[in-house]
Amino acid sequence: MKHRKSPMMTSRRSFLAGTGAVAAGITLAPHKSFSAEDKVINFYNWDTYIGETTLDDFAAATGIEAKMDLFADNDELFAKLREGNPGFDVIVPSNDYVERMAVADMLSPLDHDKIPNIANIEPVFMEAAFDPGRKFSLPYMWGTIGIGYRAGAVDGVPDSWKWLYDSDKYSGRIALLGDASTVMGLALKYLGYSYNTVDPAEIKQAEELIIAQKPHIKLFADDNGQDLLASGEVNLAQEWNGDILQVQEEDEDIAYIVPKEGAVIWQDCLCIPAGAPHPQNAHAFIDYLLDAEAGAAIADFIQYATPNGAAKKLMSEEYLSNPAIFPTEEVIAKLEPEIYRGEEVTKLFDEAWTRINAV
Amino acid sequence: MDHWRDHKLAFWVFAIPGTAWLVVFFLAPLAIVWALSFGENISITQTRVTGTLENYGRALLTPVYLQVIWKSVWLSALATAGCLLIAYPVAFLISFVGARWKMILLAAIILPFWINLLIRTYALIAVFRTRGFVNFGLEWVYETLFLDRLFGPFQPLELLYNNFAVGAGLIYVFMPFMVLPLYASIERLDKSLLEASLDLGAGQFTTFWRVTVPLTMPGIVSGIILVFIPMLGSFLIPDLLGGTNAQMIGNVIERQFKSANDYPFGAALSFLLMYATFAALALRAYAAGRRSAAQV
Repeated sequence: MKHRKSPMMTSRRSFLAGTGAVAAGITLAPHKSFSAEDKVINFYNWDTYIGETTLDDFAAATGIEAKMDLFADNDELFAKLREGNPGFDVIVPSNDYVERMAVADMLSPLDHDKIPNIANIEPVFMEAAFDPGRKFSLPYMWGTIGIGYRAGAVDGVPDSWKWLYDSDKYSGRIALLGDASTVMGLALKYLGYSYNTVDPAEIKQAEELIIAQKPHIKLFADDNGQDLLASGEVNLAQEWNGDILQVQEEDEDIAYIVPKEGAVIWQDCLCIPAGAPHPQNAHAFIDYLLDAEAGAAIADFIQYATPNGAAKKLMSEEYLSNPAIFPTEEVIAKLEPEIYRGEEVTKLFDEAWTRINAV
Repeated sequence: MDHWRDHKLAFWVFAIPGTAWLVVFFLAPLAIVWALSFGENISITQTRVTGTLENYGRALLTPVYLQVIWKSVWLSALATAGCLLIAYPVAFLISFVGARWKMILLAAIILPFWINLLIRTYALIAVFRTRGFVNFGLEWVYETLFLDRLFGPFQPLELLYNNFAVGAGLIYVFMPFMVLPLYASIERLDKSLLEASLDLGAGQFTTFWRVTVPLTMPGIVSGIILVFIPMLGSFLIPDLLGGTNAQMIGNVIERQFKSANDYPFGAALSFLLMYATFAALALRAYAAGRRSAAQV
């Protein structure tokens, strides 16, 4: 790819930001100074990813009304913000998207002094290769992607990706996720390669593995594998750990395992997108989410692992000792985080995904 | 009728809002997408229009994209044919029943159309899935007839997450667009012509085939156009109802604007579809022109 710069070049982003500034100038002209923001904050979050009363509690504590919109995946979040921030103050991208959005100047740096509850975060989470010094992001929740399964319908514990990628034993009862990088990344893990490989030969091999397995895969599901499992449509689903645990509460026959070949470990982060209209409130909101009690209430409701040490002290033994939430050291050693590998690799994966879906 | 030049003011008063709407909300965005199809990505979020033909080259020379377009064409054609086969008798029925029933039947066709597409598609999932209404119904019939004692327990049909589900979903969602133009043209049909045909010795079948169908051809053609073109670009239905090979070109285009983050390529694929549609419409206009010329 050539990167030529021309003085005539104006990106649509900066053009939109320009018109946005004009519009903001018109609408905000009679308003007060910067320090007196409206008592609102626009939160853009994943579905089923906040405590039952968190937003109301925040309003009661600070007088700031938190309005929440939902996105289905990182791509939707990215696409919404690509042409300029439509008005969000706090967003929740995953680690690789924090990096991608930081590279694209889509995030605004955090002022750590305004977030005293940073002290609650376990020190290990304050170091992040995808965001050195935690300049743009703070950890919200973390977890794994593994296999959710119906224990009564499978033989023993399906502790290998083989059952999803390389076997006809559960033909027609398998759901994989619906995005190229995860499905192919985990196929690469099964083949013994890195989740983050950029080697076209290895990627090709993963593509061929999935194509050969396709007759046995029921569908590529977009974040609803847990529902397919709960409704009996499939018996094995590639899913996020917390999503499986949420349906496990209603159906004890459902279980979760990280396969022995390893899997992907992710971290969803709290960030303030560039051009956020209420940055002060956004800092206050992030600080509130990192509070011990608020963080514990969220973790208790959504059943994902919190990086908040103070919140963990308030959690039940059942939550803390659940290996589906907090994997053992042995399992963690086999997990890999997804790394942002540039736009060319994104394109490579998309083309492979188009071929996989076309056959 | 008066000529528009005699009432210039009235003409412009009526013409300007619609024209402005068309330009601002249709032609301008379309022009932006068209320009984008000749562009390249210069950073994660920036594209520049350079006049390159690379996007079209990639779409036409990489076999998989033509393959997906071809699949979308035949699936849409099949679903359009299904729509026509179901809609024609329905439209016929509506135009021959009394006024009271006409209202009820038309409402039955139009009412579902007022419900959001996404919700109707999710409703189809509840109908088709393994533990869905179709399978419950079949199971009930199966057990009522004691077939389970003869052939063993009921095996639910795999109706969801395959091409059948996508086709059924397309037919269901686009049905009103087929019924309404057909109904309009059948309603206009001079019924005495049918009687004449029967009186003069043609059977029911011949009358239908040689009188009714040719006379309602305008409705058939507009129905096909109204249904086939949006089907070709649909992405939600294959996404929700389809299995691992349900991908239509709409899904590929959607991905270019989301996960693949390649707006120029997505724009080029959209416009390839548009060019093909224009070509088909032009061909139809040409054929219609030749036919009317032949009749003169």
